Amino acid sequence: MDEILRDFVTETADSIESVDRELVRLEQDPNDETILANIFRLVHTIKGTCGFLGLNRLESLSHAAETVMSQFREGKAVTTDAVDLILATVDRIKLILRSIEENAVEPDGDDGDLIRSLERTAGDVLPGSDDEIVDVSEPIALPEPELPAVAASKAANAENAPDAGLPKRRSSNAAQSQSIRVPIDTIESLMTMVSELVLTRNQLVEISRRAEYPEFKTALQRLSSVTAELQERVMKTRMQPISTAWQKLPRLVRDLCAELGKDIELELAGADTELDRQVLELVKDPFTHLIRNAADHGIEMPHERRRLGKSPRGTIRISAQHESGTISIDIADDGRGIDIGRVAAKAIERGLVTPAELERMTEERIARFIFEPGFSTMASVSHVSGRGVGMDVVRSNIELIGGSVDVRWTKGQGAVFTIKIPLTLAIVAALIIETAGQRFALPQSAVVELVQPLASAEHRLEKVRGSWLLRLRETQIPVVRLASILGIEDPQSAPTPQEGFVVVIKLGKRVFGLAVDAVFHTEEIVVKPLSGLLRSLSVFSGNTILGDGAVVLILDPNGILARLGDQTGQGRGERDETPRPRKRLHEEKSSFLVFRAGFGEAKAVSLAAVTRLEEVDMASIETVAGRKFIQYRGELIPIMQADEGMDLGSGIRPVLLFSDGQRTAGLVVDEIVDIVEDHFDVKPVGQMPGLLGTAVIRERATEVLDIGYWLASAHPDHPEGQAAGPAPRSRRIMLLEAAPFFRGMLAPVLKAAGYEVVALAEVDAAIGLLERGEPFDAIVADVEAPGRNGFDLAEELRAGHRLRQPPVIALSARGGSSVVDRARRLELADVVSKFDRPGLLDALAETLADAEALS
Amino acid sequence: MTFVTRLAFEPTESTSLRTDYVTVFIDGQRFGLEIGSVRDVFMAGAVTKVPLAPPAVAGLINLRGRVVTAICMRKLLRLPAERPAPGAMVVGIERGGESFGFIVDSVGEVVSVMDGDCQPNPLNLDPRWASFSRGIHWLSEGLLVVLDIDAMLAPSALAPALPLARETEP
Repeated sequence: MDEILRDFVTETADSIESVDRELVRLEQDPNDETILANIFRLVHTIKGTCGFLGLNRLESLSHAAETVMSQFREGKAVTTDAVDLILATVDRIKLILRSIEENAVEPDGDDGDLIRSLERTAGDVLPGSDDEIVDVSEPIALPEPELPAVAASKAANAENAPDAGLPKRRSSNAAQSQSIRVPIDTIESLMTMVSELVLTRNQLVEISRRAEYPEFKTALQRLSSVTAELQERVMKTRMQPISTAWQKLPRLVRDLCAELGKDIELELAGADTELDRQVLELVKDPFTHLIRNAADHGIEMPHERRRLGKSPRGTIRISAQHESGTISIDIADDGRGIDIGRVAAKAIERGLVTPAELERMTEERIARFIFEPGFSTMASVSHVSGRGVGMDVVRSNIELIGGSVDVRWTKGQGAVFTIKIPLTLAIVAALIIETAGQRFALPQSAVVELVQPLASAEHRLEKVRGSWLLRLRETQIPVVRLASILGIEDPQSAPTPQEGFVVVIKLGKRVFGLAVDAVFHTEEIVVKPLSGLLRSLSVFSGNTILGDGAVVLILDPNGILARLGDQTGQGRGERDETPRPRKRLHEEKSSFLVFRAGFGEAKAVSLAAVTRLEEVDMASIETVAGRKFIQYRGELIPIMQADEGMDLGSGIRPVLLFSDGQRTAGLVVDEIVDIVEDHFDVKPVGQMPGLLGTAVIRERATEVLDIGYWLASAHPDHPEGQAAGPAPRSRRIMLLEAAPFFRGMLAPVLKAAGYEVVALAEVDAAIGLLERGEPFDAIVADVEAPGRNGFDLAEELRAGHRLRQPPVIALSARGGSSVVDRARRLELADVVSKFDRPGLLDALAETLADAEALS
Repeated sequence: MTFVTRLAFEPTESTSLRTDYVTVFIDGQRFGLEIGSVRDVFMAGAVTKVPLAPPAVAGLINLRGRVVTAICMRKLLRLPAERPAPGAMVVGIERGGESFGFIVDSVGEVVSVMDGDCQPNPLNLDPRWASFSRGIHWLSEGLLVVLDIDAMLAPSALAPALPLARETEP
């Protein structure tokens, strides 16, 4: 694009934003000449430049708008209709600008509609008055009683407005010539080069340490300080005042008022608070959502406000301030606050929580449900908000950049949403640690404390059957070795966590410890994103180059926590305050191998079922009695094709081998696509043999194969296979355990042993499931929790005289004769210690075998 | 029945009848990388391993302040490979604003060949190799397999190696 045209587009885009803002101000204060003069000047400049560049549509639009505005200056009343019209014109101008930016020419089109309306509005005054700049000293008709107030506000505005009227215009133009526009890329590459400079400097420092050149050292010192300053300055160029993200808000609020029939005033404070450009981009949308929410849900209708004794005009106040390395932004309204009753009712309706769970929750916790996906308390879906897509997006956007969002409210008086975000994403303070011989960077923001268990008697690290626990003052914290999370542990040489350090990490309410071998120092690191190929590794948030030139990976505490299996317990005695949404109970994370075979949709099998993946030459397939076999490790293994449409032909194909211990079979596929791990909801699809159902994997419908069926059909002569029925279903176990720690510890043990596990904290929830007729093969229940526990469940089961009663195994930490006696009286199947995991598995296998023998 | 593969060789524009390739050698075989795609050739410094990454991702290399994601060609082609040591030859590629480096055994000269001479992949070519090859040139000194860089950097090219690492007996 032409250089002049490009400059024009960027500059006009800026000034048109200010027209937007100023118009809204003018409407509130129609008698302020300064504002009017500002708008007039902006529109006039746009018009002039357009004419010069031959942009006819823009010129005639701005001309028509200018005509209307010049009449405001002559004293015509500033009506909402007229402002609406000019705002519509501004929108059209923006649209045309965007098109010019993309195509370098003015788009075809007709603006006759707008221009005619503008002319009609201007109609009753002399035409041609727009050509001359009107004398500002012309008297303006003011309604008498308002005079003092208006005069005061005028004075204030004249002082505060950055560009107050004509006299100051020259100086502002002079200031403009002092700044230039620089493309973002230039700054980004400056940033990279400065990083390189820092590295080179560090290398020089290393060399100077070995050699003795005094004069060299002085020069190096200077280089050092200049480099440091340069880095800081370049960082600063990326900073922008937060007001750039606010430019559109006055207009937004005005439009919302018109749409909702409300009267709202927007107050902005701390507009010059600076933050990184990148962060700024990411918070624009959350701002918009929160303001829509405040206007729609928070602020009441004017008549309602009057009835409540409030001023009919509501206020939304946004304020930003620095707060120790982060920026804190409050979005406050003086509306009705949050109706906890409605939120609670909605949460139950949505199945996010049970009434029993709700009873134990604090109001703050209940209020947080508004951040759940698809949650909206508005009875009807309005155009403005209430589509239930807002607040969860706000939360996820903010959390994405390492921030947090919270809400406080006073019933009937308003709500405050507080957003906390880091100043910059590009540079973070990180702790450099080492594990299994490799260094990593851990963002300092998540680290609460460093503990060296060997050196301290009060920080005891104990092992509970393979799991480490750290006793830290009054709490116990689960500890995991970073190397084992990352899969780089060398079992031979791995030191015990006692010999190294434990980094205590806090994420929201979750606290856990990462055991590492060494902790070096804290360093300000420049964050670089990971390659797209590696972005699926959620345990890393990026990489960086350290002072010595080494590349290290930046750990993402959230990703590590997720890999821990979301099973971290809270502090001692603390009840799980944040129960996971109930629907998640049945859909634990699972891994699928996704592949293609024949035509049609992608297919998937549970990765756990696949024992091996081989590449087999199709020519080596032997056909015996109509069935296909391959020779594999001295055995004949039956082979099937995953889709009838496949042409086995020749060449080498991937074959999935699966086995149930006795029988092995292979499935030929065309291509392995991917391995995915997530929560999947497999939906059954009619009576399709060999198909468990379909699931949406990676946003695509995928057929999930039933390995059991294929195994059976590969071995038709096997006794089980002859039945041709569905594959033996896995046993379903209910785990009732109030303590989140034990629940988290035992559920994976049972799952790993091949059971389907439904883990519950409460007796009521357990009874609920059983009453709904959900089948369980056995119940493993804690019998020591205060309040209602496994014994109560067993009693209710007995009292209920159910036909089919799953056997109950009691879990006890202490044991003791009283527990055993009561278990015997209730005819429980067994009593097992919570810490005896093999014992539990044995007891379970025995109990299930007994139950089967009985039926 | 047949199924669709994306191996079809796309003829380049008729205006450029010749294409220059940087030749690289992997396990004795000559491969060609289109010269326009190659940003630089360099010797690897320290390679930072990426835990949990697909095995073909050798790690990250600092190349003058740029972080390069290094991919082991031997692993990608399912050839025996050792962990890349500093000094390994790397061919630098830019794709989608990111820097990648292919670790090869050695780098040869640049050859200029007629596009029309490119032969389609033979049917008996190893399917994994075929998925990375856009065709074959017969040079006087031997065959040149033209590498399809986009195919090599596709996530699916790297992903399936994962379960192969599982050493459980069937």
